[in-house]
Amino acid sequence: MATKHSRSAARLMMAPAVILLLGWMLVPLIMTLIFSFKRYLPLRGGDLGWVGFENYVRFVSSSAFWPSVAATLTIVGGVLLITVIFGVLLAILLNQPMWGQGVVRILVIAPFFVMPTVSALVWKNMFMDPVNGLLAHLWRFFGAEPISWLSEASLPSIVIIVSWQWLPFATLILLTAIQSLDGEQLEAAEMDGAPPLKRFGYITLPHLSRAITIVILIQTIFLLAIFAEIFVTTGGAFGTRTLTYLIFQRVLESQNVGLGSAGGVYAIILANIVAIFLMRIVGKNLDA
Amino acid sequence: MSFKQALCAATAMTLVTASGALAENLVIATVNNGDMIRMQGLTQDFTDKTGHTVEWVTLEENVLRQRVTTDIAAKGGSFDIMTIGMYETPIWGANGWLVSLDDLSADYDADDILPAMRAGLSHDGTLYAAPFYGESSMIMYRTDLMEQAGLEMPEAPTWQFIREAAAAMTDRDNDINGICLRGKAGWGEGGAFITVTANSFGARWFDEDWNAQFDQPEWADALNFFVGMMEESGPAGYATNGFNENLSLFQQGKCGMWIDATVAASFVTNPDDSTVADKVGFALAPNSEGVDKKANWLWAWALAVPAGTQKEAAAKEFIEWATSKDYIELVAENEGWANVPPGARTSLYENPNYQAVPFAQKTLDSILAADPNNPTVKPVPYVGVQFVAIPEFAGIATEVSQEFSAVYAGQQTVDEALAKAQALTNDAMEAAGYR
Amino acid sequence: MARAVTQQRKIINTTAAWGIGLLIFFPILWTVLTSFKTEATAIADPPVFLAFDWTLENYSAVMERSNYARFLWNSIIIAGGSTILGIIVAVPAAWSMAFVPSKRTKDILLWMLSTKMLPAVGVLYPIYLICIKLGILDSRGALVVILMLMNLPIIVWMLYTYFKEIPGEILEAARMDGATLKEEILYVLTPMAIPGIASTLLLNFILAWNEAFWTLNLTAANAAPLTAFIASYSSPEGLFFAKLSAASTMAIAPILILGWFSQKQLVSGLTFGAVK
Repeated sequence: MATKHSRSAARLMMAPAVILLLGWMLVPLIMTLIFSFKRYLPLRGGDLGWVGFENYVRFVSSSAFWPSVAATLTIVGGVLLITVIFGVLLAILLNQPMWGQGVVRILVIAPFFVMPTVSALVWKNMFMDPVNGLLAHLWRFFGAEPISWLSEASLPSIVIIVSWQWLPFATLILLTAIQSLDGEQLEAAEMDGAPPLKRFGYITLPHLSRAITIVILIQTIFLLAIFAEIFVTTGGAFGTRTLTYLIFQRVLESQNVGLGSAGGVYAIILANIVAIFLMRIVGKNLDA
Repeated sequence: MSFKQALCAATAMTLVTASGALAENLVIATVNNGDMIRMQGLTQDFTDKTGHTVEWVTLEENVLRQRVTTDIAAKGGSFDIMTIGMYETPIWGANGWLVSLDDLSADYDADDILPAMRAGLSHDGTLYAAPFYGESSMIMYRTDLMEQAGLEMPEAPTWQFIREAAAAMTDRDNDINGICLRGKAGWGEGGAFITVTANSFGARWFDEDWNAQFDQPEWADALNFFVGMMEESGPAGYATNGFNENLSLFQQGKCGMWIDATVAASFVTNPDDSTVADKVGFALAPNSEGVDKKANWLWAWALAVPAGTQKEAAAKEFIEWATSKDYIELVAENEGWANVPPGARTSLYENPNYQAVPFAQKTLDSILAADPNNPTVKPVPYVGVQFVAIPEFAGIATEVSQEFSAVYAGQQTVDEALAKAQALTNDAMEAAGYR
Repeated sequence: MARAVTQQRKIINTTAAWGIGLLIFFPILWTVLTSFKTEATAIADPPVFLAFDWTLENYSAVMERSNYARFLWNSIIIAGGSTILGIIVAVPAAWSMAFVPSKRTKDILLWMLSTKMLPAVGVLYPIYLICIKLGILDSRGALVVILMLMNLPIIVWMLYTYFKEIPGEILEAARMDGATLKEEILYVLTPMAIPGIASTLLLNFILAWNEAFWTLNLTAANAAPLTAFIASYSSPEGLFFAKLSAASTMAIAPILILGWFSQKQLVSGLTFGAVK
């Protein structure tokens, strides 16, 4: 169907978006690269000359580097796990006949509308505060010692907060996918005496695989960059310093732009490793 | 009537223009503390007097710091006046980023500023920021609980007494913790507190050659003492408690003692917010037995004008207004003497109205007990009591305090944290070219 | 018998779903409730749910202190402007990817998505310096452009998936009838794509509304949106839960209401058009 004419027209139409994004990516990227080879300390007069790979070496050799990579992967992995598992369960439940499905759906998607800063503040102060938080009250009500969530269980706490924000998204995608599932197929399986778990494993889950990959892909993109949730709750203490947060500390708290930029380059590399890895899986699934 | 008003306004305008000052619109970045919020509410008084209008950018402390530092370092010029602290002022002043405030009018009476505050907000004898309010740290304690415990608070207690008293006051069944202290990560939060505590145990951040001193026994003593005392008598989860958290604990009657900023005194004695308002006593911050330094810090929130602003004259007018004696009178008139911004001016403490405020004298004594030029027992190459006035400090101290907070949360030992602190501080100092 | 069973199951499903739904919604509900309490009631032990003296004092305190209308207006302009601009740029690109696919289409698409993974803070200083050079610091225009660029990959991707659903034969037929490219897009494609575009618009509006890094760091007095408004209420001295709740409610209410009224588009928007 594509004629030569429409092909060049297509290229023309794609141009603005591609050029803009290329600019958006390249200009800061090049600046980051340049800074990363410099001693650039804004509080000491700015650009203090070239230093070769010093910033790169210093960034990885810092004791904070590997734990930050681990924290990043833990948070991303933990949130993905929780949102996908609970998303599937919730989607199956919401797909059952019930009264007031529309209202329940609104209740479930509501967290997605809340600004990350607000949700972090609300969780931190009104729920996870070990003295005045609602969870502390709940714990005391049952006679248990309240947990100081953000220090004793810092990573799980962050995972909970972020999962709460992203569960609506996962649930909705999976719900939409389940709704397109062929009911007759399930009924036939039920007639044949397949137990619910088997029906789920052999029919529902394979049907959802594409939706699950989409959830993973899009969430990973956003989760690698989470910042507000950590800034507001722990400020990077108690092992919650992600790579993004470490870069933030280098650039803004230590005011060492060169070092932070080197970290930025590492983060880009990590993101691309994750991206390539994801694309491999998703690429196959995207056409389906 | 409306004609009369218009006439009035016109006259006012002429007056303003006649006095040579063009009406400007000032953008002021400030922190969302109570005293600043109060100042925002009183802005109209400034506008009436000078014709200049003001737009406030009010931000939470961490966001504010990040915002103004980026802006001044990149010379963004987003703000005509910035609210900064005693840490930033000398560094920025040395970089030539701030307008000198030595030429404020005679009416303003700059000599009335408390000498300690003035020294901390100057670089090479030039004043770069005018203190809006100043603070040190002191002990606030529950007189009723102290009595119950059968103890009496000395004027200047030692840490050893504090620990004993804290244990005696603790009553876990009734949700009363003998002592509440900051453990929250961040150089201005738990970092500041543990630094003054260490000072009062004879420790220091750096030796004269900028070598980190966390491997010295004084630091281990201070940290072990702090952790031991907090485990005996501190609230659960103190590793995430900062000023705010402790304030609300104290106001709810859940703390026997609290050592923190002197400005907290007006909050804990305010019956509107505090359930223990009439049972609070004050004492000087403690020192360890035999050590000559107390755990007193020195801090001021101050107003500064970034170099390069187009509205320097108007900005200075605002600073003269906001940090003047008249402003203090204005607040006293509207909100009572207990709520005026404290710790900035000598004359305030000579005012009989203010001397009647229960915490006034102790606040002044605490401020006078802190010496930023001579903060530790052993000599140091830096200025600053609870901080080290070098650009790298905020980053380093935040990381160090994160290691300490991990100790408070039981995630590592004191020795591990000190070893990490030592390594990361030396590493950062090397990167910055000190060593 | 069978009917009784389904009826019973329906009751169980309803109870479970409502229970979980309310649990998920609870933090928001609690924030809204707290915003009507006094500061002292907000931290009362045991907590009170409904039986307290409802007060509007927090809202009046917030309104008195901050120019809420201006923050709100900035949020609307920035989120709306960036989304609309993004759609204008993205529609042609998505159209050509969907209807004139080449071997590289998928690569370009995935590359676009990967640009979203750049950590924003790493380029704060560069972007800040550029904004100063161009004199657009603290302007809504700068944020419109930056947020547009940030969300452009998502917009292109969503539109692409929606457009792909449109059967090519219809376009073919239109072309046979002598429709020009312009007519084809304007009269054939657009009407069919409206629901998809609406969903894209809504979702990206929300993403831009909630963006809290650039909107905080590139603004001062003029262009600051609701994210900056929130930053002036988080952790001040003294008790603040109730006022924070009021400010939070004010910051998220517009979006919640918008979401309520456009549930259908939003639901399909939330799936990023990826699942049918």
